[in-house]
Amino acid sequence: MLYRQIEQNRRKTVLLVILFGLLVLATGAAIGYLNDGDPVTGLVLAAIFLTIYLPVTWMSASRQVLGMAGARPASREEYPQLYNIVEELCIPARLPMPKIYIVDDPSPNAFATGLKPEKGAVAFTTGLLERLNREELEGVAAHELAHIRNYDIRLMTVSIALISVIIVLADIGVRMLMVRRGGSNRRGSNPAILIVALVLVILAPIAARLVHFAISRNREYLADATAVEFTRNPVGLKNALRKIAESDLDVQKAKQATAPLYFASPFSKERKKRRAGWFDTHPPIESRIERLERM
Amino acid sequence: MPVVVELILLAVAAILVIYGIYVYNRLVRMRNWVREAWSQIDVQLKRRHDLIPNLVETVKGYARHERETLERVIEARSRLLSGSPQERMQADNEIQQALKSIFALGEAYPDLKANQNFLQLQEELTTTENKVAYSRQLYNKTVADYNTLREQFPSNLIANMFNFKEEQLLAIPEEERTVPTVKF
Repeated sequence: MLYRQIEQNRRKTVLLVILFGLLVLATGAAIGYLNDGDPVTGLVLAAIFLTIYLPVTWMSASRQVLGMAGARPASREEYPQLYNIVEELCIPARLPMPKIYIVDDPSPNAFATGLKPEKGAVAFTTGLLERLNREELEGVAAHELAHIRNYDIRLMTVSIALISVIIVLADIGVRMLMVRRGGSNRRGSNPAILIVALVLVILAPIAARLVHFAISRNREYLADATAVEFTRNPVGLKNALRKIAESDLDVQKAKQATAPLYFASPFSKERKKRRAGWFDTHPPIESRIERLERM
Repeated sequence: MPVVVELILLAVAAILVIYGIYVYNRLVRMRNWVREAWSQIDVQLKRRHDLIPNLVETVKGYARHERETLERVIEARSRLLSGSPQERMQADNEIQQALKSIFALGEAYPDLKANQNFLQLQEELTTTENKVAYSRQLYNKTVADYNTLREQFPSNLIANMFNFKEEQLLAIPEEERTVPTVKF
């Protein structure tokens, strides 16, 4: 089960990078065409961009994600109990000690990131540390370590780093369209291809959303189950989920693109739902608790 | 004997020797894992051994009437670092039971509960106990794997030849086997 999940995550990460590459090439061609009716220049520029951007993103993805979430490194002196808890759980998880980060935010949540287990990082919000007792924190930390161990973090980190650039690119495309419409029409171009380009620009952010589907919601159930396997205690995790569901606060720095990363949805509206909608990033907290009760 | 037969015999002998080396090395590796797993527990037991006097000193000032509990901890502590693994785990288990009642004293003595030192020691002792519990799971799994290899045919031939001894599992105390109750 776990090994299948790891294999799947590795495959999906590769697929995601390839899809991203194709999308950028297509967008480049479209924008190039919109600009001066020549898709080749745009294509070449996009290809050059990719060869530089992809390796850079791969290297810095984890830092990028931590930066987007507003996480700062936590010291052992400041958070001795948190360090103890993570250290304890690394024994059953058979993981090296990850780096620990803090997000200054009153909304209770947590996430893990990194490209491989040896370079994992876990972040907790100050709201989580204030509200949860030790047993509950153990449950949340175990859940995050489970994400690290089964390579969910790689898929998640790479997809977030890539999604955020797609959104920026689409934005540029939209602006170019606007400028073109407003400016003088130097020469008439084929309206059919113009429409194709337009569709592509509109499609880019939707594609970004679709990536959320690749990161299956089942990952959360699996991480919950693995967490209980580590702690041998479903109670802490269950109570933690209840407390987090009760909170009415959104994680301030969370965005649509980074939402799947978190322990529970960073948006309180989604946390209160009883049924999963199509675009939800997490299973409903109720059904996560239900599954834990059956253990 | 024809050369072909000689060669075949030689090949068979070579395969047997290679297999023997392979099994021997695996047994050694697994026995080392068992020792490593135990040394992880050992580190935590030593840490507990060092922490307990501080705790006793701190609690003494607040709760003079709890002499009996404190003495129980001190007595069990003296057995923590000597004896067989099983005996040491038994001592640790007794300490754990006594510590539960000491930590509960915080409820009866508000001054104690407000003492930073007490809280810090409580956290440190809790984390060492959790680490002992997790390491024991790891230890038992490693021992079970090692013992299986040691007893299975044909690896048992090699194990007996080089005198690989059976390792003992660390029994799980009765009260830990029950399902944890809900705490609020």
